[in-house]
Amino acid sequence: MSQSIAAPVRPAFTLKSFNLGRWAVWGLFALALAVAPLLWTSSLAQTMLSQVGIAIIACLAYNILLGQGGMLSFGHAVYGGLGSFLAIHTLNMVSAGKLALPVSLIPLVGGASGLFFAALIGWVTTKKSGTTFAMITLGLGELVWSASLMIPEFFGGEGGVSGNRVVGKPFLGITFGPQIQVYYLIAVYCFVCTALMFALTRTPLGRMLNAVRDNPERVEFIGYSTQRIRYIAFMLSGLFSGIAGGLAALNFEIVTAEVVGAARSGAYLLFVFLGGATFFFGPIIGAVLMVFALVLLSELTKAWLLYLGLIFLFMVMYAPGGIASLIMMNLRVAAFGKLRRLWTGYLALGGTVLVMLAGAAAMIEMLYHRQLNAALGPKMKFVGITLDASGVDAWFGACFVLLTGVALFEVSRRAFKKEWDQAQEEIEHAIKQREES
Amino acid sequence: MSAEFAVELNDLRKSFGKTEIIRGANLKVKPGERVAIIGPNGAGKSTLFNLISGRFGASSGEILLHGQRIDGLKPFEINRRGLARSFQVSNLFTRLSAFENLRCAVLWSLGYRYAFWKFLADLRDANERAEEVLAMIKLDKKRDVPAMNLTYAEQRALEIGITIAGGAGVILLDEPTAGMSKSETQRFIGLIRDVTAGKTLLTVEHDMGVVFGLADKIAVLVYGEVIAFDVPEAVRANPRVQEAYLGSVVADGQAAGH
Repeated sequence: MSQSIAAPVRPAFTLKSFNLGRWAVWGLFALALAVAPLLWTSSLAQTMLSQVGIAIIACLAYNILLGQGGMLSFGHAVYGGLGSFLAIHTLNMVSAGKLALPVSLIPLVGGASGLFFAALIGWVTTKKSGTTFAMITLGLGELVWSASLMIPEFFGGEGGVSGNRVVGKPFLGITFGPQIQVYYLIAVYCFVCTALMFALTRTPLGRMLNAVRDNPERVEFIGYSTQRIRYIAFMLSGLFSGIAGGLAALNFEIVTAEVVGAARSGAYLLFVFLGGATFFFGPIIGAVLMVFALVLLSELTKAWLLYLGLIFLFMVMYAPGGIASLIMMNLRVAAFGKLRRLWTGYLALGGTVLVMLAGAAAMIEMLYHRQLNAALGPKMKFVGITLDASGVDAWFGACFVLLTGVALFEVSRRAFKKEWDQAQEEIEHAIKQREES
Repeated sequence: MSAEFAVELNDLRKSFGKTEIIRGANLKVKPGERVAIIGPNGAGKSTLFNLISGRFGASSGEILLHGQRIDGLKPFEINRRGLARSFQVSNLFTRLSAFENLRCAVLWSLGYRYAFWKFLADLRDANERAEEVLAMIKLDKKRDVPAMNLTYAEQRALEIGITIAGGAGVILLDEPTAGMSKSETQRFIGLIRDVTAGKTLLTVEHDMGVVFGLADKIAVLVYGEVIAFDVPEAVRANPRVQEAYLGSVVADGQAAGH
């Protein structure tokens, strides 16, 4: 069988070197999780790394449905979110002395809750597929969201439910008070859950889930119930989502209703797609991007959702396989020793994209400045330059930069496409020769 | 199974809205028989297959597999009782490789069900069986090619491979050679004969060459009824069949000649 880390979508393209490097890949992953907080030691970095660990579990869990099973869920925040709430209530019971449970096991309570609610709700949703499935998940997501406002006893109303993770006797000096201790708890859960979810793709259920994605009808004629396969996968996804939710409850020590909301569900979909749903490691990239966008980009500019939307738009149009598929395509080119001559093309593309971005971003920022900061006057700072948001000069200049960028981009894109297509042709030829010999 | 018939249809009927497509079809196929179902366009051949395999529910009547009722069961329940079918338009797991397609097709019959605590790589019997079928349908060189990147003839072969891989005793093939060239068809008939040896076989076919190459008995379906079911020579001599197939031709000839 193909032993690569990539999901078995294009086994013909995956790299042989990965077979040998399976252990190396997992070793590097563990090392990265262990070493990351030693390299980036600021408290912001620790906060972000903790969130990345949680997001990796959540995005991989979501991709069991989207990438592995072809199920488009618009309400997947529900399972992680309810896991968060039950975890924080459990934590508070531990604090109150009503329950004796180590804090390190509370994410498993979240997992059990996620599993329970997925078993309950999935029984209904997985009876349908395709658009109907998507609509039902959307409806149920809204249902739970509105319930969260109606039942403040459980969901804590607008203020949410808060807790304190420093409870019980310290174990080997671990109190989970400092962020770094929570990070390492998250890292351990992240590694184990990632390994388990990868293992799932190598099992009969995991492979039949791919079969259901490709052709649900035929699955019924080789002895399997598509509904049962979807239902089990849905429950497993709920389990891992719930673990992520439980970790989030410990990490933030507060859970508000937004964790079950449509915006969170949408973020999972968007970033898993950006990362690449067709490969196992795609959602990991998506999770990193998600935290960077939500924490850093939102600090950097008020228009961050607009930028995110634009990136998503271009991704759907030009690289529907996400970043993971771009990486795999380039690795394939590299494996045939043809990446070197695409270098200049990439450089040109990158440069022209930057020019385009500068023009577009200047205009977006000026527009936002005029709408939101009118009281501060028309002058604003943009990457070190002072722009007059009400002046014709600045708008004309930005427009000029953008148009120049677009024109140059188009020229370099055409040149790049020619090179790329030629490289692909040569690779196909090489593969054919290999097959014949 | 000690039942007298592998497949038995008793007064089977199917209506879509007010239109009755299958109108009281009766057929009794003995174990090991190889039957070709022929008939003019719109006679209900594909509908009959869809009823037997559980894709559609019957309006009335009985379908028996090895003496047990299977009408009203879901397709996967019928498949588990030992009946597998192929499709007229290739119905594959497009993004999975040829090998993975076949391995999926053997998992249930080997008892792996919905297991998520076993690795596929460790399932020796499933892997061996998938490789064996891959060699039987002569796709071993295309083992790791995604199904959607195979040629048309290769996809047709994989379609048959998925159908037989689970080891079902009763095989239904819906126009297995549709869209193939003459030489491909010849090769393909040999392949089907090999892989279905010893099984009960029902095929829908238009190509008379394929019919005589594959079947020991022919069932003629006209307007949703089986009007003849016998060895080829007897079917050819049957006046009702001649009327159904040649009626218009004879009438034209008489009008012109006399």
